Amino acid sequence: MSLLAAGGGILAVDPVPWARAQMAFTLACHIILVPLGVSWASMALIANWRAIRRDDADALLLAQRWSKYMAVTFAVGAVTGTVLTFEFGLLWPKFMGQWGAAFGIPFSIEGLFFFTEAIFIALYIFGWKRLRPWPHFWTGVPIVLAGIGGTLSVVAANAWMNEPQGFTLNSNGDIVDVDPLKVIFNEAWPYEASHMLVAAYLAGGFMIASVYAVGMLRGRTDRYHRLGFLIPFTVAAVATPLQMAVGDTLARWTFNNEPTKFAAIELVPETSSDVPETLLGRLNSDGDVEGGIAIPGLASWLSDPGDGTATVVQGLDATPADERPTLREVNTVHLAWDVMVGLGTLLFLLSAWYWLVWIFRRDMPRSRLFLRFASVAGVAAVLAIEAGWTVTEVGRQPWIVHGHMKVEDAATTNGGVWVTFIVVALLYLALATTLVLVLRSMSRRFRAQAETADSDVPYGPRELPPSAKEREPVGG
Amino acid sequence: MDDAVAVVLFVVVTAYAVFGGADFGAGFWDLVAGGTERGARPRALIDHSIGPVWEANHVWLVFALVVLWTGFPEAFASITLTLFVPLTLVALGIVLRGSSFAFRKSLFRTSERRVFGAVFALSSVIVPYCMGAVAGAIASGRVPAGGRAGDPWSSWVNPTSIVGGLLAVASVAFLAAVYLVWDARRLEDGLMVEYFRRRAIAAAVVAGVVAFVGIFVLRADSRYVFDGFTSRALPLVVLSAVCGVGSLVLLARRANRGARVAAIGAVAAVIWGWGVAQWPYILPTSLKVSAAAAPSASLTMLVAVFGVAAVIILPSLARLYVLDQRDLLPEEGT
Repeated sequence: MSLLAAGGGILAVDPVPWARAQMAFTLACHIILVPLGVSWASMALIANWRAIRRDDADALLLAQRWSKYMAVTFAVGAVTGTVLTFEFGLLWPKFMGQWGAAFGIPFSIEGLFFFTEAIFIALYIFGWKRLRPWPHFWTGVPIVLAGIGGTLSVVAANAWMNEPQGFTLNSNGDIVDVDPLKVIFNEAWPYEASHMLVAAYLAGGFMIASVYAVGMLRGRTDRYHRLGFLIPFTVAAVATPLQMAVGDTLARWTFNNEPTKFAAIELVPETSSDVPETLLGRLNSDGDVEGGIAIPGLASWLSDPGDGTATVVQGLDATPADERPTLREVNTVHLAWDVMVGLGTLLFLLSAWYWLVWIFRRDMPRSRLFLRFASVAGVAAVLAIEAGWTVTEVGRQPWIVHGHMKVEDAATTNGGVWVTFIVVALLYLALATTLVLVLRSMSRRFRAQAETADSDVPYGPRELPPSAKEREPVGG
Repeated sequence: MDDAVAVVLFVVVTAYAVFGGADFGAGFWDLVAGGTERGARPRALIDHSIGPVWEANHVWLVFALVVLWTGFPEAFASITLTLFVPLTLVALGIVLRGSSFAFRKSLFRTSERRVFGAVFALSSVIVPYCMGAVAGAIASGRVPAGGRAGDPWSSWVNPTSIVGGLLAVASVAFLAAVYLVWDARRLEDGLMVEYFRRRAIAAAVVAGVVAFVGIFVLRADSRYVFDGFTSRALPLVVLSAVCGVGSLVLLARRANRGARVAAIGAVAAVIWGWGVAQWPYILPTSLKVSAAAAPSASLTMLVAVFGVAAVIILPSLARLYVLDQRDLLPEEGT
């Protein structure tokens, strides 16, 4: 035991940066699966609806195959989500110890949605051969609702970290009373939650559509592939313009309510009016904006078009240095913001292209250029989501509970976190590789028309063991 | 209200143990089933019996964590700070187990399946062991109150934790074997009925021996909980023993349905016995349930959520079990 203790001494490294790295890494991985988990079921149901209503065999095949891919991605997403649940305690025990009574409330509700989702996804996959078409269709609806509810609850917890409220503290700083409704429906919640929900549909749609865009570029232009492209791309192309409006509202809300984060986003060192919108660029160590393209007055104008360029934007200097993001963090937030808005704009243009061609020609764009763009839209959408989370998380630094607890005071004291970070990183790398390989091999099998049985996917019904099959003829 | 939340916590933990535990136990039997050829038949039955509700089982665990951190945040902080190592192993084991479960079903080459199968089986043993060790750490009073860290190693590498870990592995193996007997019977596979019946008896005997030795270990190592087990929790200890022996007798008499109920009773009674034995402490003997509890609004919320879960989720879960047992639509029956 003393040997172990000595080993622990040598292995001990300041846990805070490693805890942050591990949380960021596992969250960044999990969030890739989130759009699929939230929105894929709705697209499968659109295909399923069409299949029943119009007796469409292609749509039916799509819905069946999608439900099987969904099962694999959901199973992996459930696992990476469970890891996050553990990490709240393992990496941030002091945060949970002090704030769990409030922060935990949205998660208890999320548990309900997670449960519902897990049960109905199994029912849906089971139901293909065990239920009649319409009752089977309806078993898919709770998956969609649970995905929406789950998103709204998880984001409620994150929004609460940005706008903590709904609790009373005593003189020691311990929570003595909680108002669950105020915790859930905190002021940041409607803006953040709607932004993430639309993002999930946007990214999920582009991710799935991009697979079929690649297929079409490779010459698989049959009706099945076309439908596989059209359903998710249409969902994404509806979500994208909506997201421009939702995102704009959130940005303006941030301007009014989280001025420090907003100053980091817009790269505003000192409070002033007529603030330029700086594309790219960075703050140097003197606190001056360096490089990038400055559009005069635009940041002020966008913050409040009513007052135009006269709008005063609070600078980073208004917040004490130890209560605002560091220079590096500010530059990270600004770059992430540019990436998110830039990619979002490109995706918006792609959606506009789609709608315009649709209006004038009553058909999707036929050009290979469009398909090439569409085939990278999935990756672009995921990058935009990652960038968006970077903005909201890094922009809150150094706080874990804004204004109440700093990240460094929330972390575990275990010096071995760097070990778990490396193990988790390797494990996730293997997991991601395998996930891609498995999805590809499923797709190859589908194409080879060796239809995968329901029992070959997680949650699928039971397959009779060979021993039982052997005996069947005897029994018959 | 804090009592109610403690009860909810134990209900959730029990549900996880009897539903999820059986999945871990099935992984144990997968591990010890032998070489590819010899183990093919039991493995096929195991694959078949790890049902569709696997991930739903998993949600019990997430739910238990959420109830613990929302209802008893201080205790949660102490537990996660002290038991960083075993809890990390549990999380990693769940990743390995979950992903190999997700992928094994989608892979066709035997060599690939074998690798994932081995990972699946090994992590199925590590996870319940660590969970049992965590329970032992809490029961033996090695997790200090006040959101402070206890010893990172001796807190879970100690006599009580070892007993807890072994008992957990033996219990889930026992549960799984009993369930597998039931499944084999349903499939009219006489060979496998016999195979798992023998293993159920072996696991029950091992669990019994570990529990018996455990009594003496607790007496020396975890006095408060020992006193609890021998006084107010005694009826539950007796119930567990009666259920355990009863399930063996029923298995021997080939009354598999009864054996299954009795096996669940045996495991559930041990868990409830643990809870009653360390009452009124959540961390014996430094933190009482009442002192660890969150403000009452948070507790009410948890009880309400549990109520909603009982109304909405349990019927859906039941529907899934029924659908699982049901055969294909007539026209699909091939």
